[in-house]
Amino acid sequence: MIVAEWKPIPELLASLKGHKNVLLVGCATCVAECAAGGEREVLTLAPVLKMGLKDQGQEVNIITRTLERQCEPEFVEELSEIAPQVDAIMSIACGIGMQLVAERFIDLPLYPGVNTTSLAIREQAGLWTARCAACGDCMLGETFGLCPVARCAKSLMNGPCGGTRKDGKCEVDENTECIWRLIVERAEAKGRLEDLVKVRPSKNWSNSGHGGPKRMLREDLR
Amino acid sequence: MKTPVQTQLQQAIAAGRFALTLEIGPPQSPNPEPLRQKAALIKGLADGYNVTDNQTAVVRMSSIAASKIILDLGLEPVMQMVCRDRNRIAMQSDLLGASALGLKNVLALSGDHQKASAAGKLQGHPGAKNVYDIDSIQLIATIKGLRDDGRQEGGDPIAEPAPFFIGAAWTPLGTPRNFRVLRLAKKIAAGADFVQTQAVYDVPAFAAQVQKARDMGLTDKAAILAGIIVPRSAGMLSYMDRQVPGVEVPAELIARLKQAKDPKAEGIKVTVELIQAVREIPGVKGVHLQAIEAEELLPEIVKAAGLSPQDRG
Repeated sequence: MIVAEWKPIPELLASLKGHKNVLLVGCATCVAECAAGGEREVLTLAPVLKMGLKDQGQEVNIITRTLERQCEPEFVEELSEIAPQVDAIMSIACGIGMQLVAERFIDLPLYPGVNTTSLAIREQAGLWTARCAACGDCMLGETFGLCPVARCAKSLMNGPCGGTRKDGKCEVDENTECIWRLIVERAEAKGRLEDLVKVRPSKNWSNSGHGGPKRMLREDLR
Repeated sequence: MKTPVQTQLQQAIAAGRFALTLEIGPPQSPNPEPLRQKAALIKGLADGYNVTDNQTAVVRMSSIAASKIILDLGLEPVMQMVCRDRNRIAMQSDLLGASALGLKNVLALSGDHQKASAAGKLQGHPGAKNVYDIDSIQLIATIKGLRDDGRQEGGDPIAEPAPFFIGAAWTPLGTPRNFRVLRLAKKIAAGADFVQTQAVYDVPAFAAQVQKARDMGLTDKAAILAGIIVPRSAGMLSYMDRQVPGVEVPAELIARLKQAKDPKAEGIKVTVELIQAVREIPGVKGVHLQAIEAEELLPEIVKAAGLSPQDRG
């Protein structure tokens, strides 16, 4: 899923300064799964913003909506009736959903309520960890299903750097596994350590954002 | 086609002399004077002098500039290059520039992560965007391409080859230990000519890893220089044992420095013993000796360890 997290409340309050009617809009898909921008978070955040602004002497009316998927135009269209009643929109969907809303309601200022951080899984209750970097050149078949692009702090392609701690964690974060240690362990368990000896040549990053904004064209679907 | 390379370090290794490299960290300043002072302290002792590349992700004078400054003073630099800050375009451009300046030894490293700098006394730049376009092994292969194939990583030819003596780092006692010799093999397959290791204190454990490398024929293909960091106190050793990945310090060594009346002098004795011990390991072709922020100790240690130029064959 696409993972996002709330921006600091003072930052949100500052962005809403001067607005009287604000549409707070969430998304029931990824950001709901990661407890950042679903209906529950919309309903939690609205009174926080209202009270916070009131403390600063600003009365604001907050209208709440949660779309099934904020990244689909058909769902965003559901906001067309309410939009004329507000003077700003705050979205707590991922950056994709936010942009679609901004594009559809171009006359209204759109404020991000969350920071989109990663493509991740819910590893445990209350813990999300990155899995994919959308690099455009998947190498999971060579690394026993574990991604070093997203999960190595240095995106190393040829094994662990010298910074693996004794307990197998990454030197950058004592709570993060050295992914190369896990890749090596999986290879060993399958008796295929030799598979990791081949030098992997420099990666072609051009099928990700490094090749310019991604544009996937499928003539057969047009 | 292998392009011939001649550096003092390469020649020492080729001649079967026990090689010695030392380290010089560039200053956090545009003033070359501190660098010149450090260089003056250790000139004439070693075959090569590693010039670090923004180590611990703290901004310092560039490795290329500092390397050129010490080269002009008569010290042969080993220019370190990390993958954290530059993409393959910038690195190859800098390599061509370094070659034009007369720099011939280059050590390819992943580089300390920029977040690590925040853990130290300095602020560093933990909010920086890192690059890691290529990793250290891919960098080694890229340098080899510039040298032996007369081509850039992208395939374009270069008018003439860049004659580099290519170095790599090795953490023989790192986790996962089974893979560490294989990672060394990858670095050598990619083109490493010499290898400097993470600090060695546990000599038997290190010797066992070198033995594995020998069994794979790796020590015939690249020269391993054992890393030795001069210990100055029990606290320093125990810190390295706990906090520096890949460094294993035997408890008795920590105890020895703790009990010493003069830990600094004992640290020098330990260093000399370590150098002598690693010198006995078949396949070890030299040492990479570091006295972090205590370079003034090096002449004495080098002499006591029998590493003066006349003692190394």
